[in-house]
Amino acid sequence: MSQLLEKLTMPAPAKLRDLIRQIRSVRTQAEERAVIEKECASIRGMFRDEDNTYRCRNVAKLLYIHMLGYPAHFGQLECLKLIASPRFTDKRIGYLGAALLLDERQDVHLLVTNSLKNDLNHNTQFVVGLALGTLGNICSVEMSRDLAGEVEKLLKSSNAYIKKKAALCAVRIIRKVPELMEMFLPATKNLLNEKNHGVLLTAVCLITEMCDKSPDALAHFRKQNKMVPQLVRILKNLIMAGYSPEHDVSGVSDPFLQVRILRLLRLLGKNDSDASEAMNDILAQVATNTETTKNVGNSILYETVLTIMDIKSESGLRVLAVNILGRFLLNNDKNIRYVALNSLLKTVQTDLNAVQRHRSTIVDCLKDPDISIRKRAMELSFALVNSNNVRGMMKELIFFLEKADPIFKVDCTSNICIAADKYAPNKRWHIDTMLKVLSTAGSYVRDDVIAHMISLVSEASSLQAYTVQHLFRAIQEDITQQPLVQVASWCVGEYGDLLMSGQVEEEEPLQVTEDEVLDTLEKIMNSSGSSAVTKSFTLTAVMKLSTRFTQTIPRIQALMDQFGSSVDMELQQRSVEFAKLFKSYDHMRSGLLERMPPLDAKVGSKGEGEANTNGETTAVSPPASPAVKQEEGNALLDLLGGGPSPAPVIPQVEKPAAPPAASNDLLGDLLGLDLSSPAAGPAPMVPGMSAPQPQVDMLGGLMDGVTPQPAVQMSANNLGIPSLIAYEKNGLKIEFSFQKDNSNANVVIITLTATNSTDTPMDEFVFQAAVPKTFQLQLQSPSGSVVPASNMGVVTQVIKILNPQKAPIRMRIKLTYNYKGNNVNDMGEVNSFPAALWQ
Amino acid sequence: MMKFMLLFSRQGKVRLQQWYSATQEKEKKKIMRELITIILARKPKMCSFLEWKEYKIVYKRYASLYFCCAIEKGDNELLTLEIIHRYVELLDKYFGSETTKKNFLKAIPAQDFFQEETSKKNCLKAIAAQDLLQEEADATRNVLEEMGLP
Repeated sequence: MSQLLEKLTMPAPAKLRDLIRQIRSVRTQAEERAVIEKECASIRGMFRDEDNTYRCRNVAKLLYIHMLGYPAHFGQLECLKLIASPRFTDKRIGYLGAALLLDERQDVHLLVTNSLKNDLNHNTQFVVGLALGTLGNICSVEMSRDLAGEVEKLLKSSNAYIKKKAALCAVRIIRKVPELMEMFLPATKNLLNEKNHGVLLTAVCLITEMCDKSPDALAHFRKQNKMVPQLVRILKNLIMAGYSPEHDVSGVSDPFLQVRILRLLRLLGKNDSDASEAMNDILAQVATNTETTKNVGNSILYETVLTIMDIKSESGLRVLAVNILGRFLLNNDKNIRYVALNSLLKTVQTDLNAVQRHRSTIVDCLKDPDISIRKRAMELSFALVNSNNVRGMMKELIFFLEKADPIFKVDCTSNICIAADKYAPNKRWHIDTMLKVLSTAGSYVRDDVIAHMISLVSEASSLQAYTVQHLFRAIQEDITQQPLVQVASWCVGEYGDLLMSGQVEEEEPLQVTEDEVLDTLEKIMNSSGSSAVTKSFTLTAVMKLSTRFTQTIPRIQALMDQFGSSVDMELQQRSVEFAKLFKSYDHMRSGLLERMPPLDAKVGSKGEGEANTNGETTAVSPPASPAVKQEEGNALLDLLGGGPSPAPVIPQVEKPAAPPAASNDLLGDLLGLDLSSPAAGPAPMVPGMSAPQPQVDMLGGLMDGVTPQPAVQMSANNLGIPSLIAYEKNGLKIEFSFQKDNSNANVVIITLTATNSTDTPMDEFVFQAAVPKTFQLQLQSPSGSVVPASNMGVVTQVIKILNPQKAPIRMRIKLTYNYKGNNVNDMGEVNSFPAALWQ
Repeated sequence: MMKFMLLFSRQGKVRLQQWYSATQEKEKKKIMRELITIILARKPKMCSFLEWKEYKIVYKRYASLYFCCAIEKGDNELLTLEIIHRYVELLDKYFGSETTKKNFLKAIPAQDFFQEETSKKNCLKAIAAQDLLQEEADATRNVLEEMGLP
């Protein structure tokens, strides 16, 4: 009695609606938290009291609280109790709670299994439905195995409502436990004969999932000759049947089912010509008959296009598909344009010609306000450039570059460079384009593009005057874009005399005095915006001008002296050495600083480019690295070594044959290294020594630090020993390049260069080597431990081997690195060292 | 397949979240926070699709509510827009002029329905029938309560 009284007088817990109202009426986060905590406390109290009446209301509130993001795990057991209750309301909330709170990671998860089993056999279809739904949502591997049999039984039930829920549940189960797929295979046969769209939809889903997961199932369905025709028939009925209000969406009957069927057809037709043939007609029909005015129609067309592209369709159908995409591009709806561009990107590899027809539309998309569309259009445009349309396309792309966001600029410039390289109609146009790129997006240009540009200019001898004029004008106006300044100052240094002579075809020659040029260069050197690399470039350029200019030599000398006390070590070193040239070696200055022959220019994929090679294959990247000092010394050495080489392209510099030979040793003595290189006369091209390559290297060496390139060129001291690929596997390539130590003929200096052509960097890269006992090995520290991806950079390391017995060198190498989170270990042997090394 | 679906207001408050794969709570919260920030920052003229991590996100704004779905790379984005629209129509019809915010409990099962059921009518019929069942049960219970029996 008293208990009853108690129950009657106790206030009923708040309804969910009231709670929601309460929560929404508070102003601050803190207040909301307070309300919720209070409610949680009261709910917890009521759970403890084992109150049956209001359990479902409390759990409902708890679920709402959970959805707002607050912890609700104490309600899990309550959900179980609700599920076990006979009342439908309780079950409903209970299953809902289970679906939300009881995913497979919870401990109490398995306890639901028994209730589920009972409810799967319940009389009321809705209860069965609830159970199936929840099972699908939270099934774990064990639960799936336990209950799969029940689900399969329900698949065969006569009730459409239950059938479709069972089918969806089966999809989830198969995802969790793929081995159970076979259990459901036989039941699927009859599912497609249903009239009920819901069942059809879920059945198609189920079959799609099976085909997706297992190639055997796919083969099974294909062999069942009836499947493809059956699907085709269903699709046909959908399209041909008149207006059906139930399934209609803006004039299209049941687009969801249509798209699903198309998707399944795609899977069935992929790589299978028979199946593809059977679908050709219906695909054409769908493609031509669907309404394109609304999004629904377009979504069906989109799916159709995707299907046509994937299966082995006939070419007419493919052209139809590309035309549909082209039409999409003209659509006002940006979503559709985006989808079209995306699909075109995929198809451009296979159907290039068809896509070319829509080139102008694509180019228009470059100006679209939406950034994703612009990005796709840019990628697509680059794919479409060919020798016919290169001029027009480049114009558009450069225009695009001007307005583009910074994130695009880097890719865009590199791509323009590659495209210009491949399809340039003539050199003049090529250089023009590159000039425009440099001045438009100067700061975003990659290092390899700079190197490429330089080599381009050095090759195009007729256009050097023109180029240097343009570049000079550009830097007179703006010295903030580092790559532009670098290229410009290199050119001014090389071709300063052409700047003075003022002879340019077709253009007004620039009237400029030597002082003006030096003014500009000095400005660059003193500007705080210039990077160290830029300043190095400019310093070298100034020095070179000392042989090209006639009147301002004292000024140049003064400049050199000024930078002799610069804080930057690189600059200081260079200027001191240059200053020394003035003082003690004035007679060789002209020989040293003469014009460079055409550089070997090659731009491969983004990130590769060999033109700017280093004379030294030792430490490549940071300009201020400790190895620089040695490099500089060697570089100057190379300068001298390369001096007497024949370079008929450059008329104006005299080649004193004899003095360089003498000076070789002079400087050699001075620097304490003895040159073992032969002082070759001008004519015979002694391999390695006097090849134009070393000349490249010497000034390349002075330009070191600009581009960490996978340097493959030989150094001047190597006596023509070819380099060797020591290891090449899984995208990692290690190359050895050799030189003999000048102080000890038994010492071989090997410089290894590691490059990575995959798209993921390799870090913690460690290289180890071992040699037979007769040798002594010294391994210096590597330049770094990360090998950047896509050949964008290198890791170099120097190995010294002492070979007193002059035996053939053999070496075992071991590599370890981290690739995509996995530790990779590999060993190898290098036996094919060139014999010249020890002879 | 849809990976998850979020409904949130213009102020960034989550109204409904439905996850179709087991994810950690922390993960869920992180994902929601990130996505909501990204989507709220989008301008009205921009595309309804965006690529995010390994999914494609499709979103649409209805009045002050954002409906956002994450689908796999192979799914049809345009169709997803249609699905979202269907869902909204369904909720609209079911709850009449009442805004959907208050009736989330019924919203969740309604969502499961539209994945299977392409006929709006059938969908609504099913939900209505379930409600009826519930009401009958409730009615019985109320009578009993009136009489003072637990």
